[in-house]
Amino acid sequence: MEPAARLDKNHQLSVKELPYIIRWSSDRCKRCGSCTAVCPVKAIEPAVKVKRTVKSEGAVPTPTAARQVVHVVEQVTDIERSCVGCATCALVCPNDAIEPELNPQNKFLHYRNRGGDAYKRGGRRNDPSLSVLDRLKFTRISMLTDPALDAGRHEFRVRTLLGRILSPDSLPIHTVDGRLVVDKQEIFIPPVREIYPIMIGSMSIGALSPPMWEGLAMGVTYLNEVEGLPVVMCSGEGGLPSRLLRSRFLKYFIIQIASGYFGWDEIIHSLPHMIEDPAAIEIKYGQGAKPGDGGLLMAQKVMKLISEIRGVPQQIDLASPPTHQTQYSIEESALKMLQSMSMAWGFRVPVYPKISGTNTARAVLNNLARNPYAAALSIDGEDGGTGAAYNVSLDKMGHPIASNIRDCYLDLVRQGKHNEFPLIASGGVGKRGNLAANAAALIMLGASAVSIGKYIMQAAADCLGNEHNRCNLCNTGKCPRGITTQDPKLYRRLDPDKVAERVVDVFRAADAELKKIFAPLGRSTELPIGMSDALSIEDKAIAERLEINYVC
Amino acid sequence: MCRLAAITSNDYFSPMENVLALETMKEGHDGSGLGLTLKDLDGEFKTLKDYPILSGICSRSGINLLDDYMNNMGFKLKHVWTPTIKPVKGIKPREYYFARVYDYPVSYKHKSKEEKEDLLMNSRIALRRIGEADQSIFVFSFFPDVITLKEVGDPLAVGEFFGLDSGELKARICLAQGRQNTNYAIYLYACHPFFIQGCCTMANGENTAFLPIKQFLLSRGNPGYSGYNSDSEVLTHILHYTTRHLNLPLKYYKDVITPLSAVEIESRPDAEALRLLKQSLRPLCIDGPNCVIGFTPDGSCFMAQDSKKLRPGIVAGHNGKYALMSEECGVDRVLPDRDKDADIYPMKYDFVIVSPHAQEIKEKASDYILYKTVSPHTQEVTVWNQLQG
Repeated sequence: MEPAARLDKNHQLSVKELPYIIRWSSDRCKRCGSCTAVCPVKAIEPAVKVKRTVKSEGAVPTPTAARQVVHVVEQVTDIERSCVGCATCALVCPNDAIEPELNPQNKFLHYRNRGGDAYKRGGRRNDPSLSVLDRLKFTRISMLTDPALDAGRHEFRVRTLLGRILSPDSLPIHTVDGRLVVDKQEIFIPPVREIYPIMIGSMSIGALSPPMWEGLAMGVTYLNEVEGLPVVMCSGEGGLPSRLLRSRFLKYFIIQIASGYFGWDEIIHSLPHMIEDPAAIEIKYGQGAKPGDGGLLMAQKVMKLISEIRGVPQQIDLASPPTHQTQYSIEESALKMLQSMSMAWGFRVPVYPKISGTNTARAVLNNLARNPYAAALSIDGEDGGTGAAYNVSLDKMGHPIASNIRDCYLDLVRQGKHNEFPLIASGGVGKRGNLAANAAALIMLGASAVSIGKYIMQAAADCLGNEHNRCNLCNTGKCPRGITTQDPKLYRRLDPDKVAERVVDVFRAADAELKKIFAPLGRSTELPIGMSDALSIEDKAIAERLEINYVC
Repeated sequence: MCRLAAITSNDYFSPMENVLALETMKEGHDGSGLGLTLKDLDGEFKTLKDYPILSGICSRSGINLLDDYMNNMGFKLKHVWTPTIKPVKGIKPREYYFARVYDYPVSYKHKSKEEKEDLLMNSRIALRRIGEADQSIFVFSFFPDVITLKEVGDPLAVGEFFGLDSGELKARICLAQGRQNTNYAIYLYACHPFFIQGCCTMANGENTAFLPIKQFLLSRGNPGYSGYNSDSEVLTHILHYTTRHLNLPLKYYKDVITPLSAVEIESRPDAEALRLLKQSLRPLCIDGPNCVIGFTPDGSCFMAQDSKKLRPGIVAGHNGKYALMSEECGVDRVLPDRDKDADIYPMKYDFVIVSPHAQEIKEKASDYILYKTVSPHTQEVTVWNQLQG
């Protein structure tokens, strides 16, 4: 017997299965077509329907049925085109006639694997719960027995050190006529940068659109040269434009090398022409959002500019392997990568690895702490973001940053090396908009600096993503804001000057907020790294785990 | 805020002078304890300057434990001093206050000064561990020519309690702190001044960077860096770490506890070294309000302010006698006839050093030639400006 599925639409999904349901108001809609044109996933389309209406005109009821052709906006139920909730339709609608609504009962993940193709997306972990970072409070308040500092009047030094710091016992310092002098021949003095403790983390040209990357770079330059805030940003994997590599602005950038080595042909060729050293070199071994995965830039984002910078053909998938293929052990990593990168810049540039948060972070740390060329360790927690990854990696893989950074810091304390080896924390900083508070909490848990990614995309360029899987189209090249796309039709929506302005706003505001946190704690002269006696949480288990105060 | 009264002099003086200065500064102050550290002693100690003095308090059972330990270590008791305790209202006497002079164990007779000092420090810590749990032994210092007295109560009453007004006990340097208690229970090991191997400091602040500093010191592997019942004890240990372990000139203590900003460092002639020093000793930077007064093994006394100068402090006097105090009225009590125009109020960049015996420096000791003299008439005091180096 022939199944009746086709007739009763039994194998089709209803909108109830989809993560977002479009609420469209016929009487407000003027049928301009803006929403259907702008939808990045074509989740809505114009449709023509035949409508039966009953009319009764005249003194005596004389109902008459009539058929009428109407134009509607209809949500498609194809899982590949399901609404992502970005609300770009609502943004362009002149009459507020349309908007998506989150459907908490959706069964999206049950179906988003058609053709055996596991669901891939960009963005962040879809976990809207309150993170530990957001639950931490600052409870050591200076009151009466010691005067609290004034965030608006006193001098605050919100700076950190990036680079390997010599132990006091190994300082090549001697007293000559009562004055200290340095003997540079005595020992290798590692390069150390004094930077702002909030960095912009690794997001590549390629993952980001040209105006987005340009906006960030302009903002960072302004912060350094006008505001006096030494903020640095990391290139991500994929190199830098050769004009930037040969400019005086290179000192504000950390260049990343990852397992695909994309962009390094151009970097190496530019080396003799560099007039400034980069802020640092980051060797990416892992990413918090997708531990164990390599990088991925989908073919649709590999346009002319990207192909030139990375030295690859256009329109091909650029996959970096999960591991650096030339290395089979951490000794190899340390020897080959750290030393060769250090050597390339005459040992004048700090070189540090970035790993994803993991139970094994302490093993990595303890190996690196013994290597004089390892300038720091950057640990990216599970709440980190990515341009493209498997959903399962994003949602289920990774380690929370708070306990990971704490464990590592306390390990260093036990070895007496906590000042010598900086830890950089990232992954979930500013997840709920509390940039300064999250950064301060991580610093007090032991981080020397924090890195941000998603937060700056949201704050500076209005990225639509959230922890309810909203938008998260970064991997498709169809970013409706023009942030993570190489399509000129999309990225021309983004004004790099506005992005730069917002970057400056964000850091100035964060700087003011950090001072508002540090002032009542009585800290102003040095960053309160590891000042965990100022931290508390209303959860005994977490307090015990992080070795901080429990309050209630 | 605790009151601080230090005096350094060429002539021996009674620590009662410090106590009376504290009394003058007392207004608005609860006076909940007194700590005294005396250096360069007169009287019965004058002929015993090479022998270490163990200062502390014991219970009856504690003294037996102490004797057992010292005998086992090979120390030989040479002399015992105990204060003549006067009953004073409000002070509950403990069983046995002492300053006991020992001779070194035979095996240490020919050991170096450093080795002997390590032995003294380790012995003091061991005694503390033995008697801390049941509070049967308190030991505050164990070093040649140094006595420490501490007790809970009003400073003037404690001074009378110890019989300091008899003039029997005299010294050339005395650091005294009148305690403003911030805890309900006063613990003697939390009372200033703190002492380690010839380095002594007292302060009147709140060290908000206490935990990172403590963690740094604890991880140095020096058993002497322990205790920390007070957040100010780290100030003494930083002094010890800077001047004894790293062997830096005393003035760099100021650069360690209140480092200059990166821009300010550039103006210093020793900028290159200072940058490295600041980086490597970053966790030792203090924060919060603090006026630190101390002495070093050579008898130099100093005063340093926190980086914002949030506490009062004055250094004043004349050739042969100087007072380093938290309030001017205290100095007026001790040195009423000084030339007040030469009084020094150290600001945030200043580090004031009074040379040993408060005497003009005759020789160009390498430590001092860089100091900028504040007045041509007071070369026994140098104000080193951190910004100018």
